[in-house]
Amino acid sequence: MSTLIRTSAAELASILATGEASAVEITQAHLDRIAAVDDQVHAFLHVDAEGALRSAAEVDKLRAAGDDVHVLAGVPIAVKDVVVTRGLPTTAGSAILRGWVPPYDATLVTRLKNAGMPILGKTNMDEFAMGSSTEHSAYGPTRNPWDLTRIPGGSGGGSAAALAAFEAPLAIGTDTGGSIRQPAAVTGTVGVKPTYGGVSRYGLIAMASSLDQAGPCTRSVLDAALLHSVIGGHDPMDSTSLAGPVPAVVEAARNADVSGMRIGIITELTGDGFQLGVRERFDSSLAHLVDAGAQVVEVSCPSFVYALAAYYLVMPSEVSSNLAKFDAMRYGLRVFPEGIDDPSAEQVMAATRDAGFGDEVKRRIILGTYALSSGYYDAYYGSAQKVRSLIAADFAAAFEQADVLVSPTAPTTAFPLGAKLSDPLSMYMQDIATIPANLAGVPGISLPCGLAGEDGLPVGFQILAPAMKDERLYAVGSALEQRLHHAWGGPLLHRIPALTETKEA
Amino acid sequence: MTQVSTGEALMAYDEVVAAYDPVMGLEVHVELGTATKMFCGCATTFGADPNTQVCPVCLGLPGALPVVNAIGIESAIRIGLALNCEIASWCRFARKNYFYPDMPKNFQTSQYDEPIAFNGHLDVELEDGSTFRVDIERAHMEEDTGKSLHVGGATGRIHGATHSLVDYNRAGIPLIEIVTKPIVGAGERAPEVARAYVATLRDLVKALGVSDVKMEQGSMRCDVNLSLMPKGVAEFGTRSETKNVNSLRSVERSVRYEMCRHGAILAAGGAVTQETRHWHEDTGITTAGRVKSDAEDYRYFPEPDLVPVAPAPEWVEELRASLPEPPAQRRKRLQTAYGFSDLEMRDVLNAGLLDLIEESVAAGATPAGARKWWSGEIARRANAAGQDVSSYAVGLGVGPALVVELEGLVTGGRLNDAMARQVWEGVLDGEGSPTQVADARGLQLNRDSGALEAAVDEVIAANPDVAAKIREGKVQAVGALIGQVMKAMKGQADAAAARSLILERLTQ
Amino acid sequence: MADLTRADVDHLAHLARIDLSDAELDRMVGELGVILTSVATVQQAPTEGMTAMSHPLPLVNVTRLDEVRPSLTPQEALSGAPEVDEQRFSVPRILDQD
Repeated sequence: MSTLIRTSAAELASILATGEASAVEITQAHLDRIAAVDDQVHAFLHVDAEGALRSAAEVDKLRAAGDDVHVLAGVPIAVKDVVVTRGLPTTAGSAILRGWVPPYDATLVTRLKNAGMPILGKTNMDEFAMGSSTEHSAYGPTRNPWDLTRIPGGSGGGSAAALAAFEAPLAIGTDTGGSIRQPAAVTGTVGVKPTYGGVSRYGLIAMASSLDQAGPCTRSVLDAALLHSVIGGHDPMDSTSLAGPVPAVVEAARNADVSGMRIGIITELTGDGFQLGVRERFDSSLAHLVDAGAQVVEVSCPSFVYALAAYYLVMPSEVSSNLAKFDAMRYGLRVFPEGIDDPSAEQVMAATRDAGFGDEVKRRIILGTYALSSGYYDAYYGSAQKVRSLIAADFAAAFEQADVLVSPTAPTTAFPLGAKLSDPLSMYMQDIATIPANLAGVPGISLPCGLAGEDGLPVGFQILAPAMKDERLYAVGSALEQRLHHAWGGPLLHRIPALTETKEA
Repeated sequence: MTQVSTGEALMAYDEVVAAYDPVMGLEVHVELGTATKMFCGCATTFGADPNTQVCPVCLGLPGALPVVNAIGIESAIRIGLALNCEIASWCRFARKNYFYPDMPKNFQTSQYDEPIAFNGHLDVELEDGSTFRVDIERAHMEEDTGKSLHVGGATGRIHGATHSLVDYNRAGIPLIEIVTKPIVGAGERAPEVARAYVATLRDLVKALGVSDVKMEQGSMRCDVNLSLMPKGVAEFGTRSETKNVNSLRSVERSVRYEMCRHGAILAAGGAVTQETRHWHEDTGITTAGRVKSDAEDYRYFPEPDLVPVAPAPEWVEELRASLPEPPAQRRKRLQTAYGFSDLEMRDVLNAGLLDLIEESVAAGATPAGARKWWSGEIARRANAAGQDVSSYAVGLGVGPALVVELEGLVTGGRLNDAMARQVWEGVLDGEGSPTQVADARGLQLNRDSGALEAAVDEVIAANPDVAAKIREGKVQAVGALIGQVMKAMKGQADAAAARSLILERLTQ
Repeated sequence: MADLTRADVDHLAHLARIDLSDAELDRMVGELGVILTSVATVQQAPTEGMTAMSHPLPLVNVTRLDEVRPSLTPQEALSGAPEVDEQRFSVPRILDQD
């Protein structure tokens, strides 16, 4: 196994800058690793070896010519399959988009390409990002590299697993209710959901427009900041894109200064609902932050108890409308109903949507259709939107008392594949701690804070900051990461069991 | 399934209006003349090749997002102001969810309970000169759908087609939907009111310059809701909604038809079905379309991909101050200023000449002269070419300056009226400016007074009977002699000079 | 309150254009009932006086200039279409015009 694949993006950047390794060598090392382990992990739905090597070669040529290139130029990346990529199949994990090749790039993909970052391929996910285990992918589940019998989290299990399995140094995720942070937590990686509007949504196949946000998935806080800087910033193609500059996240990650910072523990997101080992690792992390000069306070966000319910009304409502476009008319699957001669467009739409969508997607579409129906709108969608205001008000009050808020990212460590498939509600509970940030639009990070005593699996530590104060996530995250690494004698992923390299590259 | 039913019972119109009061609601869609679509930068050129003006946004491709066209909002506000509406200080777009193959996202981005303009009115003038006020409920922004070509059935008809071919060039073109409040009290004049309203609205929108409002190209489309209530009853009856009534004449006819149809149903003790009706221009009837059921549920909710629109009050006031003069007011003002009779004015308006006349007068022509030259030969030619005069004139490169020049040649004494007509024809034939044409054709009044006197004396001598009549005081007979003088001088005589000379010879 | 009947789910599925099988319908009636009971708790939240929040950020008036941008080529536009004819998207027969 090449050491290049265990190297952080920041280090790869300096290796490239000094010429110790070329972009082609680095890219090839990752492609080799994918070839060797991905049949076990199944992080990727599509690998673009040729395209990745071609763009790596271009970067090498530019560097050789002495041209100015982006600091991450030549550092390869994996992109969640919910992000459209011109010329590369994009399915969002759904059968209804099997084989669809978009004629355009998402804005964030354009930015990756402009930075000269080779795209290794597209990562697996729960269908249309609906799920917390990546088991709802139409193309089969991704497995957690820490324990192949367990889930890698979701919906971005593919991106998180690719990082943990050293198949990619960087990845793109999207987070509607925790789809970046929860997979990061259960795979011992880092994931950031920026402030809503911080990264363009143009070209993200929408799940819930008012909640979706793309962000970096990495193995270190600094790497996340570097990637955040590449993909962040205003995009005129997204009406909800923030106008200001990208917060100074890289500087914050490098400085890692938390002295005098007030860290608020969210009362409602601790305690009984959380696995013992999760609570233990969370508590010991707090001690590290105090050690770094921060002050820990306890804050209450009483409306958070309604967050899950509000989320499961707002999100499906938007889903029901956003997914209406998948109708067999312009692109994607077209299925003709059985036993009907000369079916109408309407019948073909209904047959295709039944065949092309998985159970979880159908559940949410129907739930959202119900919540928006006349007669129920006020009671469901209307009430949920008011709860959103309550949650935003709770955040505002909490950020009066604390500079950042913290909680465990997920209530449990990675659970076994299949354990929650027949119980949607218990699956939904995985996102209990991550959802409030999406409802209010505030940024959040998850970083590994140790292994749970009872199962030896990674635990995630979540930090939330006020809107447009994303740099605080990186300052606190970096400070904690430094102390944890010091305590552990290296990154948590150094302790991941080795995967068998089944194929020689 | 659509049942194309024809030959429905109709009540005589007189009987309908004697027994019932009609209630109308008019929904007019105006396609804006913006360069790009409402939510993306695709061009809006009419008649482009299929699917050449589409992008990820207006095709509804996964991942694409809308961004509002600033001119779309400005146009909506200007229409709202011209309709005397209040302008929302804060409003949102909403998604109207329903499935249809010509609608790429399977929702239409529209506005629901927060229209940008609301509570207005439009005064429309009827044939007899009276004014009828139509109250406006709202004007809101939305987007158009694609266009389907139905294949396999009767030509172009949806019924019986085996499949359809969809072109999304039109999808996403900005529309302003203008909805009236229920129009009550029009009585027997309901069809006329409906037509006058649509005509007035069309003129207003055209004057604003926000749309070319060509009903025949579909850039203005009208849906007519109609119900009847028995005289003395204040509760509205069940309405039908006749879709896509796309000419002024059809608006009038379809209202009349639906009144007669409803009347027959109600008089027979039946109940009107709440349904969509299709208007058939050729046969002048409506047929049943989709039944509007309670199952219809558009599940409107605020469009999360767009942010609210909050027009600054100062901007709205700026737009209000820059509104053009209302067309009706302008027509009155110009008619008075130009001294046109009602009949002349109507002809001018029907031929669409008012702008050209106004420009010509501004350039120095007399109103009568401008009216004469723009409504004569050029109007005839434009009509034959199937164009309106102004676009025909633009095509020829003929503008107000040439009319001024032509008139100058007459008032300056170089040309008489008949010569000027010849010159104008030459101009329209592309032979050059009036002076160039007159030069090329050698057209010039004969200024030789000796020649005129000789011709006059000759004509008097040759027509003793007529001369006698004039001597007896029948001055109107002079015309016959002038014609002879003209002929004698090969058309180059100054008619006025000939007239005074003849009268001088015969009455003094 | 959160009682969804089979007929309700059938109606919703039709609105959403999903041709659920009988087995799917049966299963979904139960699952949705459980979920609805759970999400209905939003109605117990103290939301008096709260405004409905449709958007996380208070942005307004985001527009673009009325300037033409390049469209896709027809080949790109039609590239994903299940069926194409005469440079148009070919779709099964349409029941009725709106």
